[in-house]
Formats: sequence, structure tokens, C-alpha cells
Amino acid sequence: MESIILQLLNGLDKGSAYALIALGLTLIFGTLGVVNFAHGALFMMGAFIAVTLNMLLGISFEVEDPTRTDFLGNVMMVDTPYVVHWFGESFGNFLIDWSVPISVVVAIPVMALIGVAMERGLIRFFYKRPHADQILVTFGLAIVLQEIIKAFYGANPIPTPAPDAFVGSFDVGRILGFDAFAIMYPYWRLVYFFFAAVIIGLVFAFLQFTTFGMVVRAGMADRETVGLLGIDIDKRFVTMFAIAAIVAGLAGVMYTPILSPNYHMGMDFLVLSFVVVVVGGMGSLPGAVAAGFLLGILQSFASMTWIIELIPGINQVVIYLVAIVILLTRPRGLMGRKGVMEE
Amino acid sequence: MFGLNAKDARLYIIVLALLLFAPFLLNPFPEGSGLAQFNAGYPDMMQRLVIFGLFAVGFNILFGLTGYLSFGHAAFLGVGSYAGVWMFKLLTMNVIPALIISTLVAGLFSLLIGYISLRRSGIYFSILTLAFAQMCYSLAYSVLTPITGGETGLQLSLDDPRILGVQQTAQGNIPVPNLFGLPMNAATTLDVGAWSFTFSVGYYFAAFVFACAFYFTIRLFRSPFGLMLRAVKSNQSRMSYTGLNARPYTLAAFVISGMFAGLAGGLLVSMDPLAGAERMLWTASGEVVLMTILGGVGTLIGPILGAGVITYLEAIVSTINSTVLHNWFEALPDGLENFLVNIIYPFVGSGWHLTLGLVFVIVVCFLPGGIVEGGKRIGGLFTRKNKSSDSVKADSAAQPGPGE
Amino acid sequence: MGILEVKNINKRFGGLQALGDVNLDVQEGSCHAIIGPNGAGKSTLLNVLVGKLIPDTGTVMFENKPVLGRKPHEINQMGISRVFQTPEIFGDLTVMENMVIPILARRDGSFALHAISQLRNEKSLNEEAEQMLAEVNMLEKRNMQASSLSRGDKRRLEMAMCLVQQPRLLLLDEPTAGMARADTNNTIDLLKEIKEKRNITMAIIEHDMHVVFSLADRITVLAQGTPLVEDTPENIKGHPKVREAYLGEAQV
Repeated sequence: MESIILQLLNGLDKGSAYALIALGLTLIFGTLGVVNFAHGALFMMGAFIAVTLNMLLGISFEVEDPTRTDFLGNVMMVDTPYVVHWFGESFGNFLIDWSVPISVVVAIPVMALIGVAMERGLIRFFYKRPHADQILVTFGLAIVLQEIIKAFYGANPIPTPAPDAFVGSFDVGRILGFDAFAIMYPYWRLVYFFFAAVIIGLVFAFLQFTTFGMVVRAGMADRETVGLLGIDIDKRFVTMFAIAAIVAGLAGVMYTPILSPNYHMGMDFLVLSFVVVVVGGMGSLPGAVAAGFLLGILQSFASMTWIIELIPGINQVVIYLVAIVILLTRPRGLMGRKGVMEE
Repeated sequence: MFGLNAKDARLYIIVLALLLFAPFLLNPFPEGSGLAQFNAGYPDMMQRLVIFGLFAVGFNILFGLTGYLSFGHAAFLGVGSYAGVWMFKLLTMNVIPALIISTLVAGLFSLLIGYISLRRSGIYFSILTLAFAQMCYSLAYSVLTPITGGETGLQLSLDDPRILGVQQTAQGNIPVPNLFGLPMNAATTLDVGAWSFTFSVGYYFAAFVFACAFYFTIRLFRSPFGLMLRAVKSNQSRMSYTGLNARPYTLAAFVISGMFAGLAGGLLVSMDPLAGAERMLWTASGEVVLMTILGGVGTLIGPILGAGVITYLEAIVSTINSTVLHNWFEALPDGLENFLVNIIYPFVGSGWHLTLGLVFVIVVCFLPGGIVEGGKRIGGLFTRKNKSSDSVKADSAAQPGPGE
Repeated sequence: MGILEVKNINKRFGGLQALGDVNLDVQEGSCHAIIGPNGAGKSTLLNVLVGKLIPDTGTVMFENKPVLGRKPHEINQMGISRVFQTPEIFGDLTVMENMVIPILARRDGSFALHAISQLRNEKSLNEEAEQMLAEVNMLEKRNMQASSLSRGDKRRLEMAMCLVQQPRLLLLDEPTAGMARADTNNTIDLLKEIKEKRNITMAIIEHDMHVVFSLADRITVLAQGTPLVEDTPENIKGHPKVREAYLGEAQV
């Protein structure tokens, strides 16, 4: 029982990331009709916003520390970050410690900008082109983005820690009445899950309760009709693209303490997120979220020792297998609507 | 000639001549000159050119003719490589059985994957093939390590059985792949003045295989089967209302192109008997897509050009480092020199993939027809007369333009 | 006993009854017109006949063999060809290639792997294609790309592609829609000739009453998915029910 709950929890954070990326993918696909292979790159760029901020806040200069001397009696030089110098000991260190959550604030405008630039600069020329062309151009774009990051940050993963307050694990087991330390779950993963839930909630609320969201949902259901009503959908699509970029970027920012960012993390998550979208149903937002969590949890269960012993390698392929079965038996996906990219 | 029409025969003869004289053509710069690093006439490079040409030509049979975009073709290349190395380990170092098995095993894999993937079309097909390829890659890296060698890759060793050959040479080394005793790495060098030309067995063998495969491809393009594949791309619903079942046609195309990939994989290990899982990664699949697009989708010569350009650029660009760049711009004032070096540096050396990605985006945006289309447009500038756009369009479908 | 027998076909789309108890009996060698106002279910019926739609109930027999449950290509192989309302042709291919494909389909069945034999050596095939093109007056356009043809030419090409298959039943979905008067008359002449010379049974959906009365031997009137009457053209003309349901609106 403990192990089941543990695997369930373990699946949540990965599932949250899948859900967030898949949400953006399916938003873009449903509204703009574009298959965006560069969406994983947006997730990766979000992560590197956190890395950058963490580095920037850590920029230091050397000052003399009169309280300490080396063995020759000279005053020792110590590195002091500028922020500490400017804002004082406590607030400066707080900023550095909380660089990842702070990055969320920074990431929103930056990701929006990147999203708009991508849409206006490239994607919009491909609305009327075949899906194959869209796949190819966004694939090329993904390579470019990831190589730019590689050129600046190198090929090695860069550890970016969570705030000290969230280091350590939470004893879920005790709350649920199991033995102490039976189910330990890192605080940050819990934070990530709640963060993802809030973002998903916000996106849904936005689509549900605003006029803008209503038009977008109508556009997803029937693009031509909405166009005929004289509503300029394309203008709203820029915004949609920016929102999808922000969601993917934030998913990346908050994921950095869980997985040290590297330049190819976007591609790694993209393939799986595509699978998530397909399983959930192309163009279905609830489907993307549900499938994201479902597959994350499924993957975590498949990683249990006795299952791996039973079917070696199942943890590596379970998601793909599910996707293949779903595509063949229910091409619409779990919650896909009729008529959206059937065949 | 050879059962080809005049135009195809001319194209085929040109390709044959290029293959035959490649050691000269690709070595235009004298040894020791500053430009010698742009030479591509060394065996390793030339082998890669024809092998990836073969891979792209095969991929084009599927993507170019039927329009089905597979994102998992590298898996077949990888499977072919593994199969080839296993033949070297178990049977003999002769390359012929290895190539046959590589092709057959890749064919079987593509039959299975194609049978499932082709039940869907459009982007679902792309994602299915992608999922299959990633699955193959993950498995090759982990559970299948006994078969694939995992992270280190599959290598030959001295205690392989090789029941029809020798376990080790008289000197106690691992034997090299050979063609009935003719080692693949044998080469003779011809020195003419400052030039040095290398003729290697491996290259000419690969070129021969390529020539056969290309001949088959031309025949296929001009056959009723080829016409049906183009019909699939053009209008599937009319096809079924004309009494034709599209699926066996697409599956046959998928298997044929998978076998081409397997053959290319077998050739790769014939030149260097080592197979690794990274050959199956989806970026590798993306690269063959790019080769095909860059050259010209659906044309005969396009994939060869695309594969040539990409393979060549990859080899050349990735060897350029900052020292080389500084040498180039030596003559300029220091400030300008450093400026230019800094601008170009991110795109060369290990930044090769950045250049690749940019080329990808630019080609898809501005030149969807690839080099062949570009050549045609340039050709059109010079011979702008009498050809009405209709007749150009009509015979452009599968024929190389003047820009070849 | 007709060549095509349609019995008790029902098809619902959600709450909409698209076809309700449709019965149809097409006699061999005849031209059977199906008319009715927009939304009467005419195209839905054709879609059922060619295997594009599967009805909820009913049977369709062609030459005493069941049609339902077969895939579109199998139904075509039985001898049913269809001309669409918007021409379905191979736009990327040349006119000649468009013609060759149906001939190959007739010769080789639904799949044949002729990957090595060369198309241009197939003399008889090309001759047959050219002969058919000549019949529809399109021989001089044989090397044009099909998508660059005019709308009328596309339609004629599609008709030629269907005819060259030598079907026993030809389904025509508004073959003259959007055509000029002269073109319409040409099409009527062509269809008449086909019927007489080749003995092909035809089922035709048409709005243009001039076309219907020039060609049809029998007429079925559909309204809201249900057949109102089936009779000879002479009787249909004066039929009060039909006038009410259809002719009243169409002002013919």
C-alpha cells in the first residue's frame, strides 16, 4: 500500500510537467491548427530563465572581510554577491535563495515575448501550409533554440536549487496513518504539483469565464464559422500562442530543482508530451491534462522493481505502448472530439 | 538504355560518373594548401556520402512519393547496423551476408512498424513512427544491452565465434570486414603533383551498392507502382473510389524505404564494424528528413544532393575551430578579424547543429522544393522563354531539373 | 429485378434523420435520376452506395451481391464508379497519368506490386487512355497537370476516369453543376452516348431539370430523406406531390 501511494506521488510531478506542456501543445494545435515541435524548446527555455536568474543573482565581487585573516595575518578576501551588497545581508540572501520562484515573475513577460516573436516571425506563415511543413519548420526551430542555449550554457546540466525552505522531504505516510518515514515525498515536488494545478486552473478559468476564452473555444470547435462571424481569430491566436509559451516556460522554470536543466531536456519532454496530447485527444484540453497525469503515474508505476523484473524495460516504453494502443483503437484519444484530425 | 528513357539514362550516367570519379572530383585542392581541409576525397568521407545518399534516396521513396512523413527512419538504419555487426560476430567478416541480413531484418522491422503506423495518416503517422523509433532507442540503450551493447555500442571482439571465418588474424587482431577476402579498408594512393588521390575498396563497394539501389529507384519511380504512390499523395479518396487499396501500396513503400535504411546501416558497419544506439535517435531521423527536403522532395536526384551537402558540411563545418577562423581572417585588421571570428564561431565546430537547424528553417520557409527547385528557378532565369508554366509543372513531378 | 437494389436504408446523424426507409430499384441499362430539394439526403444516399457511409439499417445489393460492409475500393471493384460534385482527381499528376491509374486498377485489381516494369512500355494502356481522352475532347491536354485544368475540364477528366474503368453502374453527383448551358448540353450528349454505346447503368443526382428530363428513364423524388414517388419522367412532371415538395421551389 505504501509503495502504491509512493508511486502515485512520484508520478505526480512528472505528470504535472507533461500536463503543462501538453496543455500548451493542444491549445496551439486546437486553435491555430499548428503542430509545434518547438514547444519542448519553450519548456527548456523557461528552465534556463531560472538558471540565468540564479547566475545573475549570484554575481559577486571580492571584498575584504576584516573579521577574518589568513595564516599570514592578511585580511581575507571573500566573494560577496552584489545583491547582498545592495540590499543587505538578509534580503540579498533571500533573493538568491528564492531565485527559482522569483524566476516565475521574470519568466512571464520573457516567455510571452518569445512566444509572440515565434508566432509573428515564423509560425504564422505556416497556418495554411501542410502539417508536414509545420512539423519540419518547428523541428528546425527547436534545433536552433536548443543549440543557442548550448552555445551559451554548455552541454552539462546546471543544478539550480530550490529555496532552502523546501529542501527535504515531507512525511506523507505519517499523515495518512502509516509508519513514520514510510512515504517520504520531497517538498519541492509537492510545490510543483500544486503550482501546476494552479496554472491549469487559471488557464481553464481564463478560457471558461472570459469573452476572449469563449471565442478561442469556439475557434477550436469550428474555426471557419467563427471566422465567418467577423471575429478576427488570427489576432487572438498571437495571444494564445503567448499563453501557451508562458505555460510551457513556467513549467520549465519550476522544474529546475527537480531536474538540472540541460539543453536537450526540451526534446526529451516534447516527444512524451506529444504522446500525451495524442492519448488525451488532439485539441482536447481536459484530455491533455488527464492524460499527462495518467501517463506520468503510469510511468512511475512501471518503474517499480517487481514490475521491471516481470517485464524488463517496461518503464522505458510504457508510454509509447499506451500511445500506440490508443492511436490504433481510439484514434480520437481519450477525450478527443469527433472530427478533429481524425483519419 | 538499361530500360530507362533518355532523360533518366542521362541522369543515371551522370550519377555513375560522379561515383566513379569522386576521388578526383572531391579532392580539388592540393595537399598541404590552406584549402586542403575542404577536400572530401578521403575514403571515410566518400563512404559516408554514398551511404547517407542511399538512406535519403530510400526515405524519399516513402516521403517523396506518398507524402507520409516518417520520423522514425533512423531506427531502421540502427537495426540494420546491429544486424550487420551480429553477422560479423557470428558468421563471417564477409560483407555480403551482413548486408543481406541487415536489409532483411530492417525489412521485417519496417513491415511490423509500418503495418501498425500506416493505419493512421498525417501527423498521427508521424507521431506513431516517432514513438516506435524512440521505443527502439530506449530499449537498445537499456534492456536489450546484451544484443545491442547498450551505451558502449556493439563491437567485435576476439572471441566471437565467426563460424565461417577466422576468430582472429595471424597477428591476433580482430579481422576486418572484407568482400571475399578483399579488405574494405584497403586503398591505393595516386600522387599527381601536389595532389594525392585515394582509391579505397570500401568506397567503391559502397558506390556499387548505391548505383544498384539508385537504378532500382529510377525504375520504381517510373513504374506503375511509383505512379500509384504518387496517387496516394495526391488524392487518397479518389484512389479508393477508383478501386485501389492505398494501404498495401504505402506499406510496400514503407518496407522498401526501411530496407534501404537497413542496407545503409549494413554498409555503415561494413566500413566500420561498430553500431551504437545514438544512430536511432529521433534527431538522426530528422536529419534524413532534412537531407531529402534540402535536395528536393519527390525528385530522383534531390535526396542525393541533400545528403551530399549535409554530410559534407557536417564533416567540414564541425572541424573548423577558432584557430582556423583566425587563419582565414589574418589579413584583416585585428579588430575586424576578432569581430568576424566571434560572429562565425558559434556556427562552426561544435555549433554545427545550429547551422543545421537554421538551414532547415530557411529551406522549409523559402525553398520548399529544395536545391532541385532552386536550380530550376535559376535555370529558368536564363532560359525564360517558350516554356509555359503548365508544361513545367507537368513534368516537374518526378524529374530532375536543369539545376542538377 | 434491378441491377441495384436498395432496401430500407435508414441513417441518422444525431437527431437528424438523413435517410428514412429509402428503397430504390435501378434497372439494368436505365438512367435513374434522384431528385429532391437541398438536404433531401441525395448525396448521403450516394455516400452509402460507395461505402463512404455505413447506414444504421438496410441492405444494398448490386448484381445480387451485398454492397454494405465492403470498403470503397472493393465496391468500386464490383463495378460501381462515382463522379463527385466537386471533381475528385489526382491534382498533382498529369491528365494522362490520371487516366492510366483507373486502367491499372481495372487490370490489376486493388493492389499489384509492379515496381520494376516501366509504365511507358505499357503501350496498350497508354493507347486506351488516349482513346478515352479523345472521346471527351481532352487529348490535347494530356500532358497538363490536372489541378491546372478548368473546372469543366476537371469534371470531364473525372468522368473519363470513371468510364475508362468500364463500370456497370455509374453514379453521377450533379455532373453539370456550375456549368454553362453549352457545356451542360455537351455533357448531356456525352452521357446519352455512354448509355447507348456502352450500356452503362446510371444513377444521377441533378438539380437541373433540363438534364434530368433529357436523360432519365425513371425518377425518384426524395424529400427529407424519404422517397416521395418513383415514376417515369412524364408522370413525375405532373405529379402534385412532387410539385409541392420540389418543383414549386425550383421554379422549372
